[in-house]
Amino acid sequence: MQRYSGFSLVKHALSHHENWQRHWRNPTPKKRYDVIIVGGGGHGLATAWYLAKEFGITNVAVIEKGWLGGGNTARNTTIVRSNYLWDEAAQLYNHSLDLWKGLSQDLNYNVMFSQRGVLNLAHTLQDMRDVQRRVNANRLNGIDSEVVTPAQIKEIEPALDTSKRARYPVMGASWQKSAGVARHDAVAWGYARGADSLGVDLLQNTEVTGFKIRDGKVFGVHTNRGDIEANTVGCVAAGNSGVLASMAGFKLPLESHPLQALVSEPLKPILNTVTMSNHVHGYVSQSDKGDLVIGAGIDGYLGYGQRGSFPTVEHTLQAIVEMFPMFSRVRMNRQWGGIVDTCPDACPILSKTKVKGLYFNCGWGTGGFKATPGSGHVFAASLAKGEMHPIAAPFSIDRFHTGALIDEHGAAGVAH
Amino acid sequence: MFYIHCPYCGERREEEEFHPNGQAHLVRPADPDSVSDEEWGDYLFFRDNPRGIHHEMWVHRLGCRKFFNITRNTTTYEILETYPMGEQPTITAETAKVRHEQGVQTADGGWQTVGARPENSTLNEETPS
Ligand SMILES: Cc1cc2nc3c(=O)[nH]c(=O)nc-3n(C[C@H](O)[C@H](O)[C@H](O)COP(=O)(O)OP(=O)(O)OC[C@H]3O[C@@H](n4cnc5c(N)ncnc54)[C@H](O)[C@@H]3O)c2cc1C
Ligand SMILES: [Zn+2]
Repeated sequence: MQRYSGFSLVKHALSHHENWQRHWRNPTPKKRYDVIIVGGGGHGLATAWYLAKEFGITNVAVIEKGWLGGGNTARNTTIVRSNYLWDEAAQLYNHSLDLWKGLSQDLNYNVMFSQRGVLNLAHTLQDMRDVQRRVNANRLNGIDSEVVTPAQIKEIEPALDTSKRARYPVMGASWQKSAGVARHDAVAWGYARGADSLGVDLLQNTEVTGFKIRDGKVFGVHTNRGDIEANTVGCVAAGNSGVLASMAGFKLPLESHPLQALVSEPLKPILNTVTMSNHVHGYVSQSDKGDLVIGAGIDGYLGYGQRGSFPTVEHTLQAIVEMFPMFSRVRMNRQWGGIVDTCPDACPILSKTKVKGLYFNCGWGTGGFKATPGSGHVFAASLAKGEMHPIAAPFSIDRFHTGALIDEHGAAGVAH
Repeated sequence: MFYIHCPYCGERREEEEFHPNGQAHLVRPADPDSVSDEEWGDYLFFRDNPRGIHHEMWVHRLGCRKFFNITRNTTTYEILETYPMGEQPTITAETAKVRHEQGVQTADGGWQTVGARPENSTLNEETPS
């Protein structure tokens, strides 16, 4: 792998940047691998990279029906934070946040991780109580969360309407300073390039159409490019996880919904941080390019069309203008949708299944981008050892029968 | 944007008057104390999540406020029929293909059309606006 550095930039300038190495190969599928990852989004690619790098398993294929990162990974609004309520979730997302900090160096790829902080606004007394409870829980878990007053909020984000005139006046917020945003497609590309350089085969335009299962044990997959065998298969397919599970003969407690995002025309720097509101129901940050990156809620019905409905667009922008009245005349440039796999307790599923050797990593719903490094790392550890990593273990699919749910609706509330 | 035919009001109205409520035809176990954890968990949390035909419950929230069911395709978003609570769908994943060929529903210019039953098929003639 050609390493990127200031020196290489200067060197390639001499040949007009025409001789950079390709990011990854485009291999023909082998008959057999040690591990197959289904889904070439951030989580699948991260899993492959950690498998190769940390666990020495390099005979790995990532099978992607479209192009790498073309699912939710490159459709999200890139918020990274770890201020979740329950211990299990806090551990998982904090593990991820720790990995984010060194990710650009680890991958030799600039993922533009920017710790500009996240505000979660409270507009009602109950909101305030929830914020206080969550901040206290966060601090017990070593997360740098604090409660801030409207005056402090005004200092952090002057453009936000913190006046009493607002329809839903801001009463306070939780503030996580180490949270922020990252460049989503760079995350996919960085992991892909790293995994490829360690020998992982990235198979694009290859769709898994079924599983090869004998005596309750998986031994490969059917694809539109022929059968590929492996005794360990990890499915990381976000909105399409339920479709894959039904191919293997079981159900998942997931529903697939469109979630939309919008970006505006580019503006001069105006926002310092990420502002989220459950109550007014929207969130916004500003990309380094200058566009406002905006999101809100899911479309309430099941859907696999990656677009989303107009009423949701309208509600989203109402919320943004309620929080930032000065944006009322900003024009939106683009809008799109991704299919999110929502789970009843708003927590992911990292789990073995009733088919031996077949693992699922899904249910990240509206908020899994922030978890990409941590999810990939603990899932790779689980696939390598055949036992779920301690951080992943509480997220077993069994919890929907034992009742040991990890209810993060309070921390999520708004899609993020 | 959906235009949805409320089987009680007998009118086709905009999506925003309605609210989706998830999978239709879920039956609460008659005697919850006697079911296993497995069955109870399945009832509470496990849902159909197909790419294709789905039966789902909606409420005409800003209209008659009654619940009813919709048969809809989750990839094309076409609404194939709407029917009152207590009734069974006439279109299912197995029959849908046939019904589709019979032209029960139309989709025009990106607009989703109503799901009137075949006998009300004039309601399916949507003009995009
Ligand atoms: C609009 C929007 C905003 C969001 N905002 C945030 C945010 O601010 N912060 C945050 O943390 N999270 C956010 N999320 C959620 C986040 O994007 C996802 O949780 C995360 O990216 C999931 O990553 P993944 O790799 O699991 O899934 P994906 O990137 O969707 O990858 C799954 C891949 O599997 C492939 N696949 C599916 N079926 C098959 C098959 N049969 N064969 C082969 N390949 C298959 C798909 O093509 C896809 O590329 C948002 C999501 C959306 C849609
Ligand atoms: Zn009605």
